[in-house]
Amino acid sequence: MTNKSVTRRGVLKSGAVAGTGLALPTIFTASSAAAFTNEPTGSSVTLGFNVPQTGPYAEEGNDELLAQQLAVEHLNGEGDGGCLNTFSSKALQGNGILGKKVEFVTGDTQTKSDAARASAKSMIEKDGAIMINGGSSSGVAVAVQGLCQEAGVIFMAGLTHANDTTGKDKKANGFRHFFNAYMSGAALAPVLAAEMGKERRAYHLTADYNWGWTQEESIVASTEALGWETVNTVKTPLASTDFSSYIAPVLNSGADVLVLNHYGGNMVNSLTNAIQFGLLDKVANGKDFKIVVPLYSELMAAGAGENIKGVLGSMNWNWQLQDEGTKAFVKSFGEKYGKPPSNSAQTCYAQVLLYADAVERAGTFNPCGVVEALEDFEFDGLGNGPTWYRGADHQCFKDVLVVRGNQNPTNAYDTLEIVEITPRAQVEYDPEHPMFAGGDLGKCNPGA
Amino acid sequence: MLGLNKKDTSLLIIVAILTLLAPFILNPFPEGSAMAQFNAGYPDLMQRFVIFGIFAIGFNILFGLTGYLSFGHAAFLGVGSYSAVWMFKLLSYNVIPAIALSVVVAGLFSLLIGFVSLRRSGIYFSILTLAFAQMSFALAYSVLSNPKFNLTNGETGLQVYADDPQILQGANAPDLPHLFGLPMRATYTMDVGAWSFDFNAGYYLCAVIMMAVFYLAIRIFRSPFGMMLRAVKSNQQRMNYTGLNSKPYTLAAFVISGMYAGLAGGLMAAMDPLAGAERMQWTASGEVVLMTILGGTGTLIGPVLGAGFIKYFENIFSKINDNVLHSWFAFLPDGLEDAVVFLIHPFIGKGWHLTLGILFMLVVIYLPGGLVEGGQRLLNRFKRRKTGTDDAPSGKTEPAE
Repeated sequence: MTNKSVTRRGVLKSGAVAGTGLALPTIFTASSAAAFTNEPTGSSVTLGFNVPQTGPYAEEGNDELLAQQLAVEHLNGEGDGGCLNTFSSKALQGNGILGKKVEFVTGDTQTKSDAARASAKSMIEKDGAIMINGGSSSGVAVAVQGLCQEAGVIFMAGLTHANDTTGKDKKANGFRHFFNAYMSGAALAPVLAAEMGKERRAYHLTADYNWGWTQEESIVASTEALGWETVNTVKTPLASTDFSSYIAPVLNSGADVLVLNHYGGNMVNSLTNAIQFGLLDKVANGKDFKIVVPLYSELMAAGAGENIKGVLGSMNWNWQLQDEGTKAFVKSFGEKYGKPPSNSAQTCYAQVLLYADAVERAGTFNPCGVVEALEDFEFDGLGNGPTWYRGADHQCFKDVLVVRGNQNPTNAYDTLEIVEITPRAQVEYDPEHPMFAGGDLGKCNPGA
Repeated sequence: MLGLNKKDTSLLIIVAILTLLAPFILNPFPEGSAMAQFNAGYPDLMQRFVIFGIFAIGFNILFGLTGYLSFGHAAFLGVGSYSAVWMFKLLSYNVIPAIALSVVVAGLFSLLIGFVSLRRSGIYFSILTLAFAQMSFALAYSVLSNPKFNLTNGETGLQVYADDPQILQGANAPDLPHLFGLPMRATYTMDVGAWSFDFNAGYYLCAVIMMAVFYLAIRIFRSPFGMMLRAVKSNQQRMNYTGLNSKPYTLAAFVISGMYAGLAGGLMAAMDPLAGAERMQWTASGEVVLMTILGGTGTLIGPVLGAGFIKYFENIFSKINDNVLHSWFAFLPDGLEDAVVFLIHPFIGKGWHLTLGILFMLVVIYLPGGLVEGGQRLLNRFKRRKTGTDDAPSGKTEPAE
């Protein structure tokens, strides 16, 4: 064995390496040549699509991914162009973004903040993504938004409904097209008053985490403004699958409306339990018992099946709308994938186009230019009617849909019917509204 | 050297070389080539390799030596992360106090949990630790994040806000985690021809710390204390009959491994100043068990290899999508291309769990000693062949294993 000499050489070698290793950090501080993070230099530009592909929101995530791929096709001038033809801004030519071909990378958020950040970081550090889009939960959205702010890229949020995303956690590099819990409350309240009267007693079951609380707070505030009384608000653990023990007390509480602040699988299970207990057949306080699900989605509606018939809720967008933008998007999505898109798919599609358009109008990929182009941008033709990207908090303002589980669906996708399109003016609020106060946009960060 | 025998010294040196040269080793393919998809040499993943390496080394001190299978180690990782972020919020973005506090808090927390859990052994111990970890997760996810007493910020994850006190934060100190002014995010990119290598400050901090704790682990393995822990694993009853109280030893091992986990958690927060409750979930605890078993339980280097293996799959395979596949197999005729992509599709992207599961099964069935055993077998075969060639002129047939 000649281990000794090997060891000695090893020692010398490792000593030398360790020395360089320790010396290296001092040169890290030297700034690089690029003007901003991941400045695209070649003939293509990379977007990062970070969606849940596994976990409780996997279905929403995969639908988002389909829409994002469609958006990339349209940007590159393939397919029928979709909403590029109906979009009020005509900056996009179908030749990529600023003449650069659009490419994309995908990642799995697993609906976990940590995994989502890891995935987004690898897109930024490894693949050179200039913008991150997607996500199907508010926790993930806030986490990734914070990361994008630090790294100096733009974050275009996907499905995120908690007030905090553009409230106390808002960031200059982050933008939300989706509506929020406050808007749900503001849109639902008049419809609830018209359908159920002004003297109702509500009982809330709320998913016990950030989004659930902001939603409960919003709905309680807007229904109490109507004259409703809140009997009780009960928090349910997110991991629950059986809500029987939470439903039983509702019957004896003197309430005549049950509000389910649940989403995804939680909502499917709690609604099913409530129906099994025959809540909808009960009469309380001389009125028919009602159930409200403030945040709806097509995928949840499909999961709950028969049970959602007649149940009221709100949505950001629905494929049955009749404006030009919606028709164009539903047509190209349907032709490509053989099914209508969900509202999470639509928000991601719109976000990708909005980003591309902002870059075109700004004439640069520099995040600060993009932020400037998006702030207080007024547009139309993406499916939600006239829309305003407010500069003060980077939240989109547009009409909100109030929907009801369809009594007589004619096909598998016809599960929801639109009750009312609540006009934008009714859901607007002050950026310093108490439910949104406490945050600070900060300054746009171009990185580098 | 450093109180180690020859074999351990060379092991330590190999680990040092591997970690310090990781930016080169992990980026073997030129930028822009089709194989660049498999490059793992970007800062975030390299940091994760060493951080989870530290986590697994610590776990192995408990599991590999005493045989106590803890299913709740993620709780200590999470506690470490939360302490570190609180340090960022209260003191400053300097990582030193953050990492120090994370180790201390995780140590105290593991002392508490270990004291209760170690009253039982075997499956009961595992279940107790699992219960504690899930309890911590539930506390962090909702109970301790209500608006009145917000310790963890729940689902969103604890992060630093502009209006946090940060009493020691200097006027022109970087607004992100730094080591005396050197930001953890700072990366120097070296371009060599078509290749590009990233040298990241945060990674090197983690790497240096990992080498230190790896050295510590070697010392623990080789010490009388380590011998005592091994005795616990082989026959605790007999130890008790000889009049030795094994509990202080197991508790010490539990606390040490809890501190390792806390250190890993603190480093995670130092690299990326956000602490999410998911870090404490039982899946995260299960992951470190997998890492240790995959790499080789009770070996020194095994857990580090296992950690790297799993993180590589999670971050690289989950990002391969159909588009990438199509670009790889574009040279095939259309029908064949689609067929090949269709066949591979279930194993990439969201199917990375499946690929990892299959590999894990193969390793456990054919290499019960983990990747380390695989390496040893290869090495043995190589050595034997070498000696075999010396005998070759005699024309004897080599003995088959």
